[in-house]
Amino acid sequence: MNNMLDITLLQLISAYIFIIILLAIVRWRKIPREKEIIIATLRMTIQLVLVGYLLVYIFENENWIYSVLVITVMETFAVYNIFKRTKKEMNADLKKIIAVAMVSGTLAAFLYFNFIVVQFSPWYDPRYFIPIAGMLIGNSMTGITLGVSALIEGFSSRKKEVEAALMLGATPNQASQGIVNHAFDSAILPTINSMVGMGIVFLPGMMTGVILSGAGPLDAIKYQIAIMLGITGSVSLSVIIFLYYGYKTFFNKRAQLKL
Amino acid sequence: MFTFSNVQYKDILKIEKLTFQDKQIICLFGESGSGKSTLLKMLNGMLTQDSGKIFYKERLIDDYDPVELRKKVVMLGQDPVMFQGTVRENLLFGLKFTGKSEADDSKLKELLKDLRLEKNLEDDADQLSGGEKQRVAFGRVLLMEAAEVYLLDEPTSALDEETETKVMSVFTQHIKREGKSAIFVTHSKEVAEKYADQIIYMNEVLANEEISE
Repeated sequence: MNNMLDITLLQLISAYIFIIILLAIVRWRKIPREKEIIIATLRMTIQLVLVGYLLVYIFENENWIYSVLVITVMETFAVYNIFKRTKKEMNADLKKIIAVAMVSGTLAAFLYFNFIVVQFSPWYDPRYFIPIAGMLIGNSMTGITLGVSALIEGFSSRKKEVEAALMLGATPNQASQGIVNHAFDSAILPTINSMVGMGIVFLPGMMTGVILSGAGPLDAIKYQIAIMLGITGSVSLSVIIFLYYGYKTFFNKRAQLKL
Repeated sequence: MFTFSNVQYKDILKIEKLTFQDKQIICLFGESGSGKSTLLKMLNGMLTQDSGKIFYKERLIDDYDPVELRKKVVMLGQDPVMFQGTVRENLLFGLKFTGKSEADDSKLKELLKDLRLEKNLEDDADQLSGGEKQRVAFGRVLLMEAAEVYLLDEPTSALDEETETKVMSVFTQHIKREGKSAIFVTHSKEVAEKYADQIIYMNEVLANEEISE
């Protein structure tokens, strides 16, 4: 763990040349994205530096309260981010369900992963607790965001199909089956695709990190396989919880479409 | 069968008193925007009135479970909707909600013949023309034998006169033979007069005139 190559500040700064290249390209192509690129780079840098210092503190002062606090902040940010990234209008009930699905789905997968699969001790060890939670929550956030968009889009573009089915005596569940299945599919596809390309197309972040920190590739792979399975579980669980309750918000008590 | 009492829905519909008789083919006739489709949707539980009462078989519509009501009072909307899949799957689409046994292919082929639809059961429903889709949607409803009332919103609007005559004859015979009821909406006075036992003029309903039976 201690034979990791350190990079100097100057070396780190030299990496920003890639952003300069990107800025040059968008300016040359007259693509109005300069502001977002600069903001994103600044945010990435500041956020990581802050998190770095925060983690140093948390790692040095191991306490279950800190670990739980970090996961709470992560969940809150993830839910907020889903609301922000979903461009379509959402009703209050749908927002509540997103929050519940996100928290319950990721926590269930996280607890299983920590207590059954990895079994680190103490259970709040921040070196494991925080990165694993981050990966499960981050991927589930992306999954639910895709699921929310597909669900809202499905109900608006296939409204007539849903109504036609209801008119024939379908339950809201039966009438929205196609939309819900499609939304689930869109939400988990990136996770499935990343499993397909894993190890061949790219070496995932966690594995790269473990290798860079000096561990052997085989140890890194074991962790990576476990975390990929955990991510898949977390994404599918949170997305299915969201969809199972989410579609119901599009109907009223008289089984009429609210749109 | 259905009774309306002081029913209001937004600014679209206001009906003081209206009764639909059982085992009849009733036509709602009127200008577009006169609330015909709204009225059908209320009977099917797809819309709920803002005030007033609607009864089906002497029981308030609001007291029925909406899904159970729609299995008895099935509705075919104005736009023929095709679901992803074959003509067969589309014909059987409504049946699967009733939990009744599926119709076999010979019955489906017979139905296509009745509807003057020269298509195979395996054909992709999405590739059909507007008129063909309308007939498949019509056939889908006809197969739902558990239904007591059929509500049809301009069921033959995309058909030529000859096909319309054939399809409406098959439909009216089916209703009479099975002892069921039907309420349909049309723009065409000819269709209304030819196939309905009773024509209800929407302008009279909205003016709250006594509807003759």
